[in-house]
Amino acid sequence: MSIVKRNSKLPAAIFALAALTALPARADWSLLNMPKGVSTLSREIYGMHMIMVWICLAIAAVTFGAMIFAMIRFRKSKGAVADTKLLHNARLEAAWTLVPTIILIAMAIPSVEKLIKIEDMSGSELTIKVTGYQWYWQYEYLGKGVSFYSRLARTSDLARQRGSGIDPNTVENYLLEVDHPLVVPVGTKIRLLLTANDVIHAWWVPDFGMKRDAIPGFMNEMWISVDADKPGTYRGKCAELCGADHGFMPIVVVALPKPEFAAWLGQQAVTE
Amino acid sequence: MTQMAHGHEAAGHGDQHAPPKGLVRWLTTTNHKDIGTMYLVFSLAMFLVGGAFAMMIRAELFQPGLQLVDPPFFNQLTTMHALIMVFGAVMPATVGLANWMIPLQIGAADMALPRMNLFSFWLLFFAFMLLLSTLFVPGGAPASGWTLYPPLVLQTGQAFPMAIFSIHLMGASSIMGAINVIVTIVNMRTPGMTLLKMPLFSWSWLITAYLLIAVMPVFAGGVTMLLTDYYFHTSFFNAAGGGDPVLFQHVFWFFGHPEVYIMILPAFGIISEIIPTFSRKPIFGYEAMVYAIASIAFLSFIVWAHHMFTVGMPLAGELFFTLSTMLIAVPTGVKIFNWTATMWRGSLTFEPPMLFALAFLFLFTIGGFSGLMLAIVPADFQYHDTYFVVAHFHYVLVPGAVFGIMAAVYYWMPKWTGHMYDMRLAKWHFWLTAIFVNVLFFPQHFLGLAGMQRRVPDYATQFTDWNMVSSIGGFGFGLSQLLFVWLIIKCVKGGERATAGVWDWPHGLEWTVPSPAPYHTFEKSPELH
Repeated sequence: MSIVKRNSKLPAAIFALAALTALPARADWSLLNMPKGVSTLSREIYGMHMIMVWICLAIAAVTFGAMIFAMIRFRKSKGAVADTKLLHNARLEAAWTLVPTIILIAMAIPSVEKLIKIEDMSGSELTIKVTGYQWYWQYEYLGKGVSFYSRLARTSDLARQRGSGIDPNTVENYLLEVDHPLVVPVGTKIRLLLTANDVIHAWWVPDFGMKRDAIPGFMNEMWISVDADKPGTYRGKCAELCGADHGFMPIVVVALPKPEFAAWLGQQAVTE
Repeated sequence: MTQMAHGHEAAGHGDQHAPPKGLVRWLTTTNHKDIGTMYLVFSLAMFLVGGAFAMMIRAELFQPGLQLVDPPFFNQLTTMHALIMVFGAVMPATVGLANWMIPLQIGAADMALPRMNLFSFWLLFFAFMLLLSTLFVPGGAPASGWTLYPPLVLQTGQAFPMAIFSIHLMGASSIMGAINVIVTIVNMRTPGMTLLKMPLFSWSWLITAYLLIAVMPVFAGGVTMLLTDYYFHTSFFNAAGGGDPVLFQHVFWFFGHPEVYIMILPAFGIISEIIPTFSRKPIFGYEAMVYAIASIAFLSFIVWAHHMFTVGMPLAGELFFTLSTMLIAVPTGVKIFNWTATMWRGSLTFEPPMLFALAFLFLFTIGGFSGLMLAIVPADFQYHDTYFVVAHFHYVLVPGAVFGIMAAVYYWMPKWTGHMYDMRLAKWHFWLTAIFVNVLFFPQHFLGLAGMQRRVPDYATQFTDWNMVSSIGGFGFGLSQLLFVWLIIKCVKGGERATAGVWDWPHGLEWTVPSPAPYHTFEKSPELH
């Protein structure tokens, strides 16, 4: 039976074109991928991610290639006749069970070593306790007598109200600015103890490569570090749905060179 | 076996069994085809409701700042969108297909337990009326995400007990449906149809049914513990009373991971019916396909904690769940390769069911790749709870499960209605859907990688462009589905008459009965050739 209409390719072509024009004219192409980040950990995670991307693209090229070849080569309209004897092939089937298994094991091995490093909290020089609240963070520098809360900056908070009339594009670091950023020294292994006061939150700064849940009644830990040559301001956000203002409790970390950090810490301890 | 179907004592006198007219028919029917139709219509209605919520979500996310909804209502939208799409659209659609097609595929007169069949439909119907009514109670609908994590879910207002009770009803309905499928398949196959001669759609549902029976009670238990924590001050999930909020996540995902296979396995079955038909060649590696479904089902029980790598698990736990998760790629790969091999040296045509099946093949595989990436723990610490995850599960659920269901509708609708549908309209629906689904979900990979977290009504301005693209894709996708509705209505009302074989007479008992399938079929067990 021939129910395939001759003009069936027309809608396909039109919409392929429409899809292309839908691409944003002013897209920032650096926003397509995971950031490399500013620590050994984040670069290793980025490396893992890129290995996975390339392996997946390679597998995709082979499998999609085979599918597309079959779709072009074995069309009834091109006179293809079905080979109804092709029902199984033990060798081929064994191959496409075993080869993926080997690829998977090869993928998993490098992640083990990285995971061990991620979970190793030893050798940290500074411990900061991070507590999530609905909807702000508290940072306590353990043993240093410094503690403060960190909330969404006033400028963002005003602009984000419905009907505020403020264009978010005019607000600097919209939703990524806080009143009191977390300040850390560069080149230092810093242990974060994570907990929460009400519901589960998650602390995440993409440039540090890690996120972890802050769970009420429990203490989680993770470590971060910033390369010694990369002081600067790094931004993140709560990554676990925590209620109405989940999208409005950002994290800002200012990484200072060690002497400046020491000076900052001293000053904070005095003013408190 | 004939005793099983003794609800139809008048076997052989089908003309005495014309269905009652009007509304009474649909309220009192125990006919598998009628109940299947009701499930499918219900599913389509819920697909549109859940879709409307998604449109509101995409409209709010079209640009930064809050324009249309406030954050609490936004969270209600995301929660209800997920609950409706999972339990109201995808699952009932596959149950509807099971009702219609399993008896026709295995040569049974009806489902084994027809009254329970009707009961489970109406339970589901009222479960959803209850769930949807939560939008109108003080405090609004649940807003904790469909994952219902405590302690957040315990902040739900008056909707809380209603949501829990509706989940209990849905669970009871699903379990009954699953029991019905198992009893039907185990007892009512036509003589000579051994299990390994059974069509793959029926096979996929047999395994799905076991998954449902295994995990729905776990979910029911989990939400009951939430209920007692809320009302009776137990402390299952409250650290202050010696409990642990993370315990709920374990219970939830022990249900939740098999649940994703409950949604996708029937689609695997459908694709395994359609690709051979339009390749004019039997499925490649039939037994391997059966074993692959069974292994996926087994593995689905031992991978749940990959949804919660960031809760702070022991190293050994992280490694175990990484490896078990990656293992699922092996049987899934076997399925993809066998479908490709089925097309190999075939004689392919590209009618709408095949178009959807092919789109499934490509796009589900993309979802599989992102799934593999998410399984790698160190990388998951970045991906977790970002739009990358949103992109991943929408790729496996929309061009996966939903395309599978649409392919099934296009494949079997002529058998159901007796009419061919409007092919030109179907092709427009396909191309619009297949293109917009990518415009909608592909940019979400970028958003997630660049650092946009899930479940937020507003975002930093650098994410504007891809959110706009995604929203345009969303609106296009949503509007395209109206074509689908129109096409179905047109096809039910009339159209070119379909032959019994419909598509070049594929193999399978369902193609031996006339189109439309008579109200009663296989009152005598058919013979297998």
